Amino acid sequence: MIVFIIYKAVLVLIVFLISLGVAAYSTYGERKVAAFMQDRVGPDRAGPFGMLQPLADGLKMFMKEEIIPSVSNKFLFVLGPSLAMLTALMTGVVIPWGSSITIGNYTFPLQITDINIGVLYVFSVVSFGVYGIMIGGWASNNKYSLLGALRASSQMISYEIAMGLAIVALVMKTGSLSFSEIVAQQGGTWINFIYQPLGCLIFIICAFAETNRTPFDLPECETELVGGYHTEYSSMKLGFYLFAEYVNMFISSAVIMSLYFGGYNLPFQNLIASHVDGNILALLQFLFFFAKVLFGIFFFMWIRWTIPRFRYDQLMNLGWKILIPLSIFNILATGVLMYALGKV
Amino acid sequence: MKLTDRKKVVVKKEMSLIEKLYLPAITGGMVITLKHLFKKPATVRYPEVKREIADIYRGQHVLKRDDQGAERCTACGLCAVACPAEAITMTAAERKKGEEHLYREEKYAAVYEINMLRCIFCGLCEEACPKEAIFLTDRIVPVSTNREDMIYGKDKLVENMEDRFDVSSRQTPEVLKFKEDKTKGHNQTWVDKQNLRKDRKKH
Repeated sequence: MIVFIIYKAVLVLIVFLISLGVAAYSTYGERKVAAFMQDRVGPDRAGPFGMLQPLADGLKMFMKEEIIPSVSNKFLFVLGPSLAMLTALMTGVVIPWGSSITIGNYTFPLQITDINIGVLYVFSVVSFGVYGIMIGGWASNNKYSLLGALRASSQMISYEIAMGLAIVALVMKTGSLSFSEIVAQQGGTWINFIYQPLGCLIFIICAFAETNRTPFDLPECETELVGGYHTEYSSMKLGFYLFAEYVNMFISSAVIMSLYFGGYNLPFQNLIASHVDGNILALLQFLFFFAKVLFGIFFFMWIRWTIPRFRYDQLMNLGWKILIPLSIFNILATGVLMYALGKV
Repeated sequence: MKLTDRKKVVVKKEMSLIEKLYLPAITGGMVITLKHLFKKPATVRYPEVKREIADIYRGQHVLKRDDQGAERCTACGLCAVACPAEAITMTAAERKKGEEHLYREEKYAAVYEINMLRCIFCGLCEEACPKEAIFLTDRIVPVSTNREDMIYGKDKLVENMEDRFDVSSRQTPEVLKFKEDKTKGHNQTWVDKQNLRKDRKKH
């Protein structure tokens, strides 16, 4: 029992630290990727290649004066960024980071908790994340913040439907809502992307909208809304909002990779497994998965520095008139195919 | 009148299905940004690497001394009059006996200030100067966090005899040729003049 508790606590701590570390270095990566895509060099002053830049940024955020507007609701004003950060970090628990490590008589799966409705859990927590933005925007008592918050909530609600419908088609194929099950099914065979290309595309587009990344970053649209929902925020509370975005990006990249691109499974896994020890295999799987997730984050940045943001009516058109019908069609096509192939 | 052959007729046509999908256009854009990812950055890392500048770059001013180390400026004020940004101010003073090695002529600038925040580095001051006293150099004016530091007095402007500035690249060949003619008063230092006076007395 003690071993179990220690193992869970250690795993939670590791995932927590990795999420924060990756998010911190995503800010650095974002600036570097942006710079290279624009033929610049990006931050290169703090430490070698500017590697200490996230630390400097974090320190700056902590040192800044903390301003709480006198007309704001102070409790909600503090609750907003806390919720955003909390929900961003909560989703990491259901993602399988590797198969399992064996020490002595104990087997430790590299997944904090394997709940059988993992996908639904991620959904509910992610949709809870919109409250962080909504509460923050409302509590600021500022019209731009409120507009940003309104945009964020309507955008997230619209795209959640398409996202959920894309998942339905996937679940029809896998027959399970558990992450470890979905990932394990992809080991040694084709990844889910092959079976669900359209669903994958819809899911990725919706993931961009859910994380408020370009081309769907209308809630913080600087050109129209000053800073969007975090206009009134300063110091580390602003930092939490910005940081939560990067944590979200990391987690959603991990979710995309787990659901559609084979998760931690290595290519030719059975061949490798017959040659190396189980623990080393788990480590290799973790590294491979991590590399995939980092590529996912790079993909998010790549898109951000390539395309401009949508106009709000275009955003709504895309969500309601294109993605939702498409995902319903996807469900239908999946069902018909499965019936035709005799899988039902 | 036809000026160029780059005219393009704009037609606002309906987008085809492929275009409406956006995806091919987005992929095309991503290919472009990916290509840029591997291009050499255009950045010059400034304090370590300095960008190549022109020979006649107009940077921070210098107040020249002559070969004997006397200040050339006579506080005539022509530079201040020529200055379109009104950045130059000066106070004139009369040269005392025994100061001949410090100031080239009977009048000199006791205070000479250039406000580097006003200066637009046009070079009209050096063009106006009849005494070849003020020149612009290839130095970049360093930044400061307060306005007072940006008003440069004689301590920062007058050239140091150990580390003189070569301004010949800022002068035309005619001027450089004229300067070799030591019979002209303009080119004589105070010592030259003293020697000439002695020679004249002998004859």
